[in-house]
Amino acid sequence: MSREKLLEKYSAKVYKNRKDHVLQLELEEAEGIPAIAANTRTVPGVMSARGCCYAGCKGVVVGPLKDVCVITHGPIGCGFYSWGTRRNKARTDEHTEKNFVPYCFSTDMQESDIVFGGEKKLETAIDEAMALFDPACVMICSTCPIGLIGDDVQAVARRVEEKYGITAIGYACEGYKGVSQSGGHHIANNGIMRNVIGTGDEQPKTRFSVNILGEYNIGGDGWEEERILKRCGIEVVNLFTGDASYAALKNAHLAGLNLVMCHRSINYIAEMMKTKYGIDWIKVNFIGFGATCKTLRDIARYFNDPELTARVEEVIADELAEIHDEIEYYKLQLAGKTAGIFSGGSRSHHYQVLLEELGMHTVIAGYEFAHRDDYEGREVIPFIKDDADSKNIESITVAPDEAFFREVYSEEEIEALRSGPDGVEINAYDGMMRHMERGDVVVDDYNHFETDALIETMKPDIFFSGIKDKYSIQKAGVTSRQIHSYDYSGPYSGFRGAVNFARDVRMALYTNAWSLVTPPWRHEPLLVGTIGGGQ
Amino acid sequence: MRQVAIYGKGGIGKSTTTQNLTAGLGEMGKKIMIVGCDPKADSTRLVLGGLVQKTVLDTLREEGEDIELDAVLKEGYAGIKGVESGGPEPGVGCAGRGIITSISLLERLGAYEADLDYVFYDVLGDVVCGGFAMPIREGKAQEIYIVCSGEMMALYAANNISKGISKYANTGGVRLGGLICNSRKVDGEAELVSAVAAEIGTQMIHFVPRDNAVQRAEINKKTVIDFSPEEGQADEYRTLARKIDDNDMFIIPKPMSIDRLEEILMEHGILD
Repeated sequence: MSREKLLEKYSAKVYKNRKDHVLQLELEEAEGIPAIAANTRTVPGVMSARGCCYAGCKGVVVGPLKDVCVITHGPIGCGFYSWGTRRNKARTDEHTEKNFVPYCFSTDMQESDIVFGGEKKLETAIDEAMALFDPACVMICSTCPIGLIGDDVQAVARRVEEKYGITAIGYACEGYKGVSQSGGHHIANNGIMRNVIGTGDEQPKTRFSVNILGEYNIGGDGWEEERILKRCGIEVVNLFTGDASYAALKNAHLAGLNLVMCHRSINYIAEMMKTKYGIDWIKVNFIGFGATCKTLRDIARYFNDPELTARVEEVIADELAEIHDEIEYYKLQLAGKTAGIFSGGSRSHHYQVLLEELGMHTVIAGYEFAHRDDYEGREVIPFIKDDADSKNIESITVAPDEAFFREVYSEEEIEALRSGPDGVEINAYDGMMRHMERGDVVVDDYNHFETDALIETMKPDIFFSGIKDKYSIQKAGVTSRQIHSYDYSGPYSGFRGAVNFARDVRMALYTNAWSLVTPPWRHEPLLVGTIGGGQ
Repeated sequence: MRQVAIYGKGGIGKSTTTQNLTAGLGEMGKKIMIVGCDPKADSTRLVLGGLVQKTVLDTLREEGEDIELDAVLKEGYAGIKGVESGGPEPGVGCAGRGIITSISLLERLGAYEADLDYVFYDVLGDVVCGGFAMPIREGKAQEIYIVCSGEMMALYAANNISKGISKYANTGGVRLGGLICNSRKVDGEAELVSAVAAEIGTQMIHFVPRDNAVQRAEINKKTVIDFSPEEGQADEYRTLARKIDDNDMFIIPKPMSIDRLEEILMEHGILD
């Protein structure tokens, strides 16, 4: 078995830790979904693919807010290396004329700023940003040394709010907090929920309005989703946070329904908006043409309007017809191939669906920073034990908002919507593992060794992961695509995105140059020496 | 050049003792530099006659890396050179990092001249983080003296500091030269401090009696040897200076368990 082969290489101590993070599914025999260890500290030295709390807060959640001046408070490296590395596309729109996404703002802390404290420098930086860019909102993201020297970024935020009459949010998202990026997502969610959502009053223009939560518009995914929804007559109030703006995010609480794409990074806001405003959320998936059809039908079923339902069916028929020939062609070339996916916290599930639709099976799937509910489903949440690390990340609670709280459906009605073969996943998510097959391997907090070892034993035809491991996989002769950034391609969502994805996968599989190269060490000695005194 | 660091509980009289004993060494003709490693920057006022010089870190912040040594290094009584590393206001920034930055800068600027006989580091009371251990790391101070008294907390601190020294002793070569008892007129003080010193493996190098002469000199921004050279207290500091100059007992301390320390205190009646 691949799992045993993989784990036997570890020392007893590492084995003890990793064995609960690596599963080989035997769903047919075992009862229910197996438990997996997740969201715990990485074993030092295993070359984990994880990032940090700052990466989760700045890099993922708040970085894409286009009209927000997001300031990295710290030495320049963190700001520079989180600048333009995620392909969260953004353009100006009717809410904002400004787009700061191409910019990188940082306080560039130097040694003497560390010694004397950086609050003044941060305020000066904000003064400069106000003079040059006049943003309506400033967000401060702290890096590691800021936490060590104790700069009070929240206090600075309050001071600049008073000074300029803007919204300013200080995030104590120092890299060392928590066990992965996930802590940063939570911190960012808290800040947006506390300070932004609910402060606007612009009503949606139409009857059927949604926010798409956890859509970061990588390669323009969000725009493709928006295009389709618009055709159906559904208004997208916000893409969260790809192409999102502070100006529009303020009105998020007025939308009719929340659609959750990346469950891991944004479920906190989805849940809090349910409690505070009564807005239901549906776990959707726009990755896959079939998945997109289901998502559209789920939305129609939720809004329960015959006209909308008819329109959705029309759009589905039309879009499917448009991509039919191309998809059929790619299916012929891709059917029967296998894949592995190591992503952050939701894509490994989403992309399995699209690959399945193209006739491919995913044999290895893993997440960097997911929690147990992303693997096993949300019903496991009450059983997840809090540890010192998770308690270290603030968890806020909200109460129903008197002015805006409205419940569309009663608990019984929601139960009815959930049931049946085409039940809608309302306020729920059943996790990734339920959709996988016997023998497939699931890995939490994957590392370099495990990636190499699993590819060797499971032999997937293509492997999807990130920039950190892409080239080592590729140079080993295995086709490799980046599933975080799409290798400069995209969009991959919706109907047209599925075609793009199929095209890219086919291209990669059939032009696998590295597998055609014989490296020198295959036919030349690695060491040259003489034996016996040079004779 | 002997590099000496003075540690001890906060308020025990490290700066006072350091400056008075260096005045004794200065009187003997030794060339000395005192590096104040306390953000309060009050380690050199007695030898410099209250002269308020700019701290290294303030200068660094205001003028950048391009600093003249003269701007931060002043000469005072008996040619003793004084420099204050300085640091942030209480509650902000990182004072420990400041000391590291400051000492590195002094080295770059050539403050450690070859003809110096002694460099003294006067370090903030508690070694709260790595920065305050800087003088005993990286081959800087080779010998440590701990200022203490017969009071329980001062001896706790001395034992704790010994732990820090033993940690660096094996890699950095730093050694403990002894305890300096700065008397608080506790009963049986000299015996108690001697007993604790023996347990740690070192000596009480000198017992400095409590005397108002120190107060009077301080009010006049001077060391006792400078202000009232004829007084008995001046001779005490001369003795301490000579003992340190002649000292050849440098050991890796063996810190005690808290239980053992309390036992010794009990034996000497302090915990009655």
